[in-house]
Amino acid sequence: MRKMVFKRILNCRVNVSVVYSPASHREFSHYSLSLSLQLSYTVSRAADMDLQCLIGMKFNDFVLMATDMSQLQRIMVQKSDDDKMYQLSSHLVMAVAGEAGDTTQFAEYIAKNIQLYKMRNGYELSPSAAVHFTRHTLATHLRSREPYTVNLLMGGYDPKTDAAELFYMDFLGASVPVNFYGFGYGGMFTLSITDREYRPDMTEDEAYELMKKCISEVKRRFIVNLPKFRVRLISKDGLKDLPVIVAEGEAA
Amino acid sequence: MARRYDSKTTIFSPEGRLYQVEYAMEAIGHAGTCLGILANDGIVLAAERRNTNKLLDDVFLSDKIYKIDEDMACCVAGITSDANVLTNELRAIAQRHTLQFGEPIPCEQLIMRLCDIKQAYTQTGGKRPFGVSILYMGWDNRHGYQLYQSDPSGNYSGWKATCIGNSSAAAVSILKQEYKVGETDLHEALLLALKVMSKTLDMTKLNAEKLELATLVRKDGHTEIIVKPCGRGAEADQGARGAGGGGRSFQAGQVHSQYKQA
Repeated sequence: MRKMVFKRILNCRVNVSVVYSPASHREFSHYSLSLSLQLSYTVSRAADMDLQCLIGMKFNDFVLMATDMSQLQRIMVQKSDDDKMYQLSSHLVMAVAGEAGDTTQFAEYIAKNIQLYKMRNGYELSPSAAVHFTRHTLATHLRSREPYTVNLLMGGYDPKTDAAELFYMDFLGASVPVNFYGFGYGGMFTLSITDREYRPDMTEDEAYELMKKCISEVKRRFIVNLPKFRVRLISKDGLKDLPVIVAEGEAA
Repeated sequence: MARRYDSKTTIFSPEGRLYQVEYAMEAIGHAGTCLGILANDGIVLAAERRNTNKLLDDVFLSDKIYKIDEDMACCVAGITSDANVLTNELRAIAQRHTLQFGEPIPCEQLIMRLCDIKQAYTQTGGKRPFGVSILYMGWDNRHGYQLYQSDPSGNYSGWKATCIGNSSAAAVSILKQEYKVGETDLHEALLLALKVMSKTLDMTKLNAEKLELATLVRKDGHTEIIVKPCGRGAEADQGARGAGGGGRSFQAGQVHSQYKQA
């Protein structure tokens, strides 16, 4: 695997605008010396953001989310039973990937604020309002001295409107509702599978099989070994843990 | 800014009362009456307008009733300049909530936030409480139509029908007798509002120019707040008719005269 090189330019004031593409952390493009601003480290620091895999799919009555269970430190696997999903409320779950530390910090901050709203007002925030709040927080911190480098998938079920919801949110504060998405390199392989096989009216079992297919594709084609994925289902009955998926089969 | 404030503004009296807050409520007792009635299908606010000088230029349509948000409006009684500051803050609170959560602020949360601010002025040295009582009418998707009242102490409560300002006690006692819980619709609520206003204020003093009316109804998934400074000449009434104001939505002058004959 090609070693990823961070160009750390110390004591230099350049305005670096990075066009975010999967390969952009290998090279900085478009330098401009017009303004003197602090160098933005946001992309360079979280190189392992792309090695983590988050998958989410929304169906008519439920949302299925899967996250890999490996906690990576450089080239070492620190632990392989990590939980990258955080429950924000009774019908909302957030899967987080990104820079170590930022993930936990941001996820807990959002989760506790959502709990505070519930305590103050006696009722919970709807999933779309919670997502809006999360995006607002992320975007506000982006142009401060403490940006969070996290990619999120937020999956929930709104009991009032009886609708499943899935939102993509990235470290630049963009957020859109999606039917399915996969973050990271692993997600790229997943998207091909879901593009072909996804149907919104799948049952829970069919959806679980589809998730298994995605994960075995990641095992086949992704150079980094992500053996186990934690799977959760959100529906009008709340959150349900499904069996951990251990990808079988050989690499291609 | 004076460094040495009069710390006596916010301390308790020996009997355990906050005099400044009570004096503020006294000031409101001399202000123009405001009345609010909750109906099955909407809410009515009626206000007595005191500044009816002929020479006044009518730049603002209404000096008692303010729209706060798409789903909420309020009516103030007391010192107008204090009211301006508070309504400005109400609007800002509502928008800040929408900025953060992407949805309209639920009515009670908005009032709670403002009342926390009002309470701070009863506890900090050197400041006086706001000399304003506010009646709020609003709709949200959790509790439907709601009517609230807040006062200078920072307390608030929800009501089915209430009155603030001059002769408010008399008005409340009439409302207690006449208001039918769960059986009042918007048209009846309007008539009742006018009836109560006529009875509590001097009959000779009350005419179409002195009254402001506002209604809030929910139509086709959005909220319609109509503020009518009724009696600003025929133009206002024509405006109501021209806007297709529906047989039931009021042309207040018409309703008023209807009552007078009743």
